[in-house]
Amino acid sequence: MNRFDYLRPASLAEAIDAGARPGASYLAGGTALLDLMKIGVARPGLVVDISRLPGLDRIDRLDGGGWRIGALVRNADLARDAGFAAAFPAVAEALLSGASAQVRNVATLAGNLMQHTRCAYFQDPHSACNRRSPGAGCEARGGETRGHAVLGWTDACIATHPSDFAVPLVALDAVVEIAGPQGSRALPLAQFHALPGAETPGGVALGPGELITGLRLPPGAADFAAHGRYVKLRERTSFAFALVSAAALLRIRDDTIIDARLALGGVAARPWRIPEAEALMIGAVPGTDVFETAAARMVQGAAASGDNGFKIDLARRIAIRALTLAAAGTPARMPALPASVFAPATGAVHHA
Amino acid sequence: MTLSITLVVNGDRHRVTLEDARPTLLDVLRDRIGLTGTKKGCDRGQCGACTVLVDGRRVNACLSLAMTVDGARITTIEGLATGDELHPVQAAFVECDGFQCGYCTPGQIMSAVGLIAEGDAGPDPERIREGMSGNLCRCAAYPGITAAVQDAQARLAQVEGTKA
Repeated sequence: MNRFDYLRPASLAEAIDAGARPGASYLAGGTALLDLMKIGVARPGLVVDISRLPGLDRIDRLDGGGWRIGALVRNADLARDAGFAAAFPAVAEALLSGASAQVRNVATLAGNLMQHTRCAYFQDPHSACNRRSPGAGCEARGGETRGHAVLGWTDACIATHPSDFAVPLVALDAVVEIAGPQGSRALPLAQFHALPGAETPGGVALGPGELITGLRLPPGAADFAAHGRYVKLRERTSFAFALVSAAALLRIRDDTIIDARLALGGVAARPWRIPEAEALMIGAVPGTDVFETAAARMVQGAAASGDNGFKIDLARRIAIRALTLAAAGTPARMPALPASVFAPATGAVHHA
Repeated sequence: MTLSITLVVNGDRHRVTLEDARPTLLDVLRDRIGLTGTKKGCDRGQCGACTVLVDGRRVNACLSLAMTVDGARITTIEGLATGDELHPVQAAFVECDGFQCGYCTPGQIMSAVGLIAEGDAGPDPERIREGMSGNLCRCAAYPGITAAVQDAQARLAQVEGTKA
């Protein structure tokens, strides 16, 4: 690990002032940044420890039905907040399917959204990577690409975004609150992670000194509570990143879908959402036919970026599985294996 | 620039000076305070051998800079027993054969203490395995570990019952 200066600012203004200096990195839980520093991928000259900034660890219901979650809320605390988990069961399930209990006890909301890709070539400082050094090239192309993107990739970058949490959040129209030297702004989470361009790699769209202060869920997002699931396929039962995943959220009245949300994880540089696929389901009777149609639309245009063509069909099937489970209803209790394809589909159903 | 932090480890207050901010909580516990029960496995948060409690929550000591836990109460494996009397989780690991080589065991036990305190798993072995998935055991003593967590929960519930 390189030597660095360490600063623990007392206020947001002080933090932004320090965070805007060249070579500065914000540190919250540190589970992602410290790991990257140990392997030499992150080499900040100044670490700005924001973990004790006041007022950023609250979970609030807003007047009008929306929710606001502070940037420093720990993943485990959000998943275990009874009110939040009841309103957003798919988000809680996604959180609990990620990392380990130890990591979730420390990792923060903002850190989860800011985490870097787990592309092995990004994580290896000796490999060429456009994300680490723009213009360097991409050694993942033609390399070990089993886990890489099948949607929205270019020759510049084929990395995926690893977050589970972000997948149902994008489906629910979550908005990221950002503060920086020029003041505050809000950005839909769906636009927070840029897709790669012909020459540019994907990544987080934050300017120097900017940091996440919170996340808002709009009024109406909790209306999907009775039919919200997250399903994640990974190469071991627990403590692994998604090969592919899907968040499916439905509103069903009189055996008819009146609203639908669907997003895929593990397939692109950001959670993949196609509003047209959701629109295809509205007015239909929940069932395999309509779920297959919607899932097929989700992977339209998908292409292998290497040895990962299997992920296209897998993503389609995981989307169908997630929709089927969502239609059956949110379980009354969090499954023993959250988001697992091994969890039984049956069980008590909770109708909020 | 010398940095200074205070940690309350197993009830004892330690003032530690650091040359710079790089040492992790794990390195400070082992190399500066001399508590080597907490193990360094992967040093990247993947194996769980370094699990300790920070203000009562189980965390990977390798993924926390010591600076960031300045002022915290830390519990390590050395802080569980009362004199010669093992903590119920330690006793359960012995009784249920929850280990073989023993290297991961301090982390397993601290993780189990954290899991039981969280109160989400209950006696369901599937929930216990999922809750303990941040702790690897290369000897694969998992059946014994799961049984030990179940056994320890029962012991602790009994202790609570006696108090009530």
